[in-house]
Amino acid sequence: MSTVPDDLRYSKEHEWVRADGDVATIGITHFAQEQLGDVVFVELPEKGATVRQYSSLGVVESVKAASDIYAPISGEVLERNVKVIESPELVNTDPYRDGWMVKVRLADKGELAKLLSPADYRSHIGETAGAGAD
Amino acid sequence: MATEAATLRRTPLYDRHVALGAKMVPFAGYEMPIQYDGIVVEHRTVRSRAGLFDLSHMGEFLFTGKGARTDVERLVSSDIAGLAIGEARYGLLCNEGGTIVDDVIVYRTGETEFLMVVNAANIAKDRAHVLRSLGDDAAFDDRSLATALIAVQGPRAAEILDAQTGSAVSGLASFGVARRHILGHPDRHGVVNATVARTGYTGEDGFEIFVANDDASTVWDALLASGRDAGLKPIGLGARDTLRLEARFSLYGNDIDETTNPIEAGLGWTCKLDKDFIGRDAIVAKKAEGPKRKIAGLVVEGGVARHGHEVTSGGEVVGLVTSGTYGPTVDRNIALAYVPTPLSKVGTALGVRIRGKDVPATVVKTPFYRRSE
Repeated sequence: MSTVPDDLRYSKEHEWVRADGDVATIGITHFAQEQLGDVVFVELPEKGATVRQYSSLGVVESVKAASDIYAPISGEVLERNVKVIESPELVNTDPYRDGWMVKVRLADKGELAKLLSPADYRSHIGETAGAGAD
Repeated sequence: MATEAATLRRTPLYDRHVALGAKMVPFAGYEMPIQYDGIVVEHRTVRSRAGLFDLSHMGEFLFTGKGARTDVERLVSSDIAGLAIGEARYGLLCNEGGTIVDDVIVYRTGETEFLMVVNAANIAKDRAHVLRSLGDDAAFDDRSLATALIAVQGPRAAEILDAQTGSAVSGLASFGVARRHILGHPDRHGVVNATVARTGYTGEDGFEIFVANDDASTVWDALLASGRDAGLKPIGLGARDTLRLEARFSLYGNDIDETTNPIEAGLGWTCKLDKDFIGRDAIVAKKAEGPKRKIAGLVVEGGVARHGHEVTSGGEVVGLVTSGTYGPTVDRNIALAYVPTPLSKVGTALGVRIRGKDVPATVVKTPFYRRSE
């Protein structure tokens, strides 16, 4: 598994988006889960909730601390990943597949363009990796 | 950050931690390993096999001379006069007001020699506290900076250490202490003089090994090499915290401090109230009037409780969480919290306010985890 898959868009806060038509799947990146350590709790919005780009979408808690997940795009929550709520370790073991967080109906496809490309995200974590977590 | 880093101390094993890929963090004035492979996997290693800990940041006070026993007896809440040579006991340093200055382990290492292990963050404070009541017939030596402390903890600890001491440690009783020779790495001959105690902070069987700073890496390397087949791995402070909380050991600065007394902290058992020690009278009075609040063990559903979170009952804030984490062995979110005594009974339904929401919490019996013998 690539640590930064080429078919996704990324936020600076280490979320990823997989867009398929007007549905976007959101999760946190390999880099993010590595910084967090063992994820033991995930809190996600319910179906029907509205999320706004760059505002808090939910929370992941590792053994050490709680961290916000920020919505990389705006839209209505179509589904949240019940499996990741039941088995939070999926965020660590499979952040880009089974560890996804929510599926959202895109409110504005134009927002995708504001996100980082895989290459830009790679250089973003290249810059911050040396300095550790935020 | 740069100035902070410049003033941090390093233990003699700092280079080992970096080479092992540890994530280093500031802790009690030291740069310490918080984790190597991950807190949960390290936690499980200690519960199922064995873990190696660098605890060289801890403080070591040596009391010697014919007045040592009397002085330590007066300083510490537990029965120090009753310790035979080669025995250790947990106890508290209290102030006259009956609140807790530190929690310590006292090892009687000779007829007139007592070793007191104190928390790293409290070394200077404890030294001043101790020196205020030291008599003329005892000598005090703060050995903290010259002493390294390495712990081997877990069900396979005795077997690992036996191999490195010529079968000499499994005969030690729990809370026993003895001088032992530790063999160096097979490739590098030599023997290290150590004080070995069957004590720990994980809820598992295990040992704590005191050596001179210069010998620390010899012992560390030898144990890591010889313990490999038994599954011995280095363990960081992150797992040390989850291990101790499952076993319901108090953490100074979180669960106990100079605003808490031993009775409400659930540490009344460490106070021998029929002897004279600093803080005794105040503790006797507290016990007689009954504590207004008590520390309780909580299991929390729907979030991880953390130090400082509010505890609620029917929407009212009634207490504070002092320690909280996910407990990997019990597979629950667990916490310790001070709550009003009537709400400290096992089975009481409470809430913990996490991100503005009261999530359900239940008072449970502690320890959360007890090893099967």
